[in-house]
This record gives sequence, structure tokens and C-alpha cells, in this order.
Amino acid sequence: HPPRHRGSSLSPRNPEQKIIKRVIALEGDIIKTIGYKKKYVKVPHGHIWVEGDHHGHSFDSNAFGPVSLGLLHARATHILWPPKRWQKLQPVLPPERKPLQREQE
Amino acid sequence: MLRNALGKTLRFLGYTVQYGCIAHCAFEYLGGIVVCSGPSMEPTIQNSDVVFSENLSRHFYCIRKGDIVIVKSPNDPKSNICKRVIGLEGDKVCTSNPSDFLKSHNYVPKGHVWLEGDNLRNSTDSRCYGPVPYGLIRGRICFKIWPLNDFGFLRASPNGHRFLDD
Repeated sequence: HPPRHRGSSLSPRNPEQKIIKRVIALEGDIIKTIGYKKKYVKVPHGHIWVEGDHHGHSFDSNAFGPVSLGLLHARATHILWPPKRWQKLQPVLPPERKPLQREQE
Repeated sequence: MLRNALGKTLRFLGYTVQYGCIAHCAFEYLGGIVVCSGPSMEPTIQNSDVVFSENLSRHFYCIRKGDIVIVKSPNDPKSNICKRVIGLEGDKVCTSNPSDFLKSHNYVPKGHVWLEGDNLRNSTDSRCYGPVPYGLIRGRICFKIWPLNDFGFLRASPNGHRFLDD
């Protein structure tokens, strides 16, 4: 299955702002949401579901819903600054956020 | 002799790269020529019409109600759609079809626009897939180039009744 990376995208609510979140689910996946208006969501075609790593304190898909792929700007691969935070960002999906059903299955 | 040919080739490549970069910046930030297809914007834009689109308006956030815009499709990031802006964020729009008995209205959410094709009977637009994020707008169509008998600035919307006054 495709790795889930951290991506940066244009904010769906504020087009001037870029936000950086983790890709949790791709189109066709069914996931359980945290505080979204619907408890279960099937990610529509051409969209992704993004979440911040700090649940509950993150303005992400649980607030504004699935994000259109056209808004995806870039993929975050490394933290460069400050020097003590220098690291490669791992494309890891938190186990508790795995989709209930993947498109490929 | 060989050095001469090599020098000329490198110079040629250098110019090509330079012009390539300038062309890319021009298309990305200024504007470009677009060939439209589909019936959803008839009669304003017909199938195979060639138009000029400018990208400055979206960078400076001066897209206005009534503008015709090119937008990345919300459901397919690889394709572009061409529609008219019926409402900006905060505007009231009619979300029902003209043929519906009961009319429904809603407000365009923050950071989104409401798009409709001029050919209301044959257009999949916001009435189908909802409000579209402003960030997907790629450019504003300002001028038609082809066909020559329709050369010039684009007409206003034939569907004035879809623009609800505040």
C-alpha cells in the first residue's frame, strides 16, 4: 500500500496560507474521523484526508473535510531548522489512524 | 573546428534553457493561451475556442463575481475546468436547479467560490460538486482569440438571475 507522507497544501479555508499535515487516507479509503461532522468518511475521488500529528489541537480534515488533490503543493521531506531538530520526516501512518477499508482491497 | 561546433551547441542550449525558464515563469505567473473544450460555457465559449487567460488576478486575490475562470478540477487534479464565478466567499447562492420546484439557498463558505457554466442545462459545476476552494483557481479568462468572428472581450453572463444580490 502507498506510503503516507507529510504534505504541505494550500489551506482550503484560507488560500493565502499553506498548512502542513500528514496524509492519513487516499481516495476510496474509509476512515473513522475525530470530531468531524460525520463519524465515518469515504474519501471522495481526487481528494485526500489530512491530519496533524497532535490530535485535538490540529486544524485539519477533521475540521474542514477532505482536501482536493489540486491544493496539494509539495511533500515535506526534512526539518532543516533549528539545527537540533534536523531530521528526515518519516512517512509513517499512526497505527490508530489506519483506514477501515482501503480502495485496493 | 570541433571546438567551434561545441561552443555553438552549448550557446544554443544555454539560450534554450533561458527562454524555457522565462516561458515557464510567464505561463505560471502572467498568463497563457488556452484551448477550451466542452459545451458547458455555451454560448459565451464554444467547443474548440481559443482564449487568453491571465494569472495575475488570482495571485492578487481580485477575482470578481461574474469572472470566467480556469480551475483545477476538484475531483481530478490533472484536468482543468472552465466556469463562471457566480458567488465569492460569504455570498448567497441558489444551490437548487432552475427546474427544481423548491428553491434552496446557501452561503459560500470561507476560502471557496461557487462556479456555474453559462449553459446551465449541460454543465456539471458547483450545483453538482459543491463550492470549490479558491486555491484551485489557476487563471481568469479575459479575451477570446479564436474564432476571429468572435474575437474580443467575453460577454457577461446570460444567466443574470443566478447572481443573487446581497
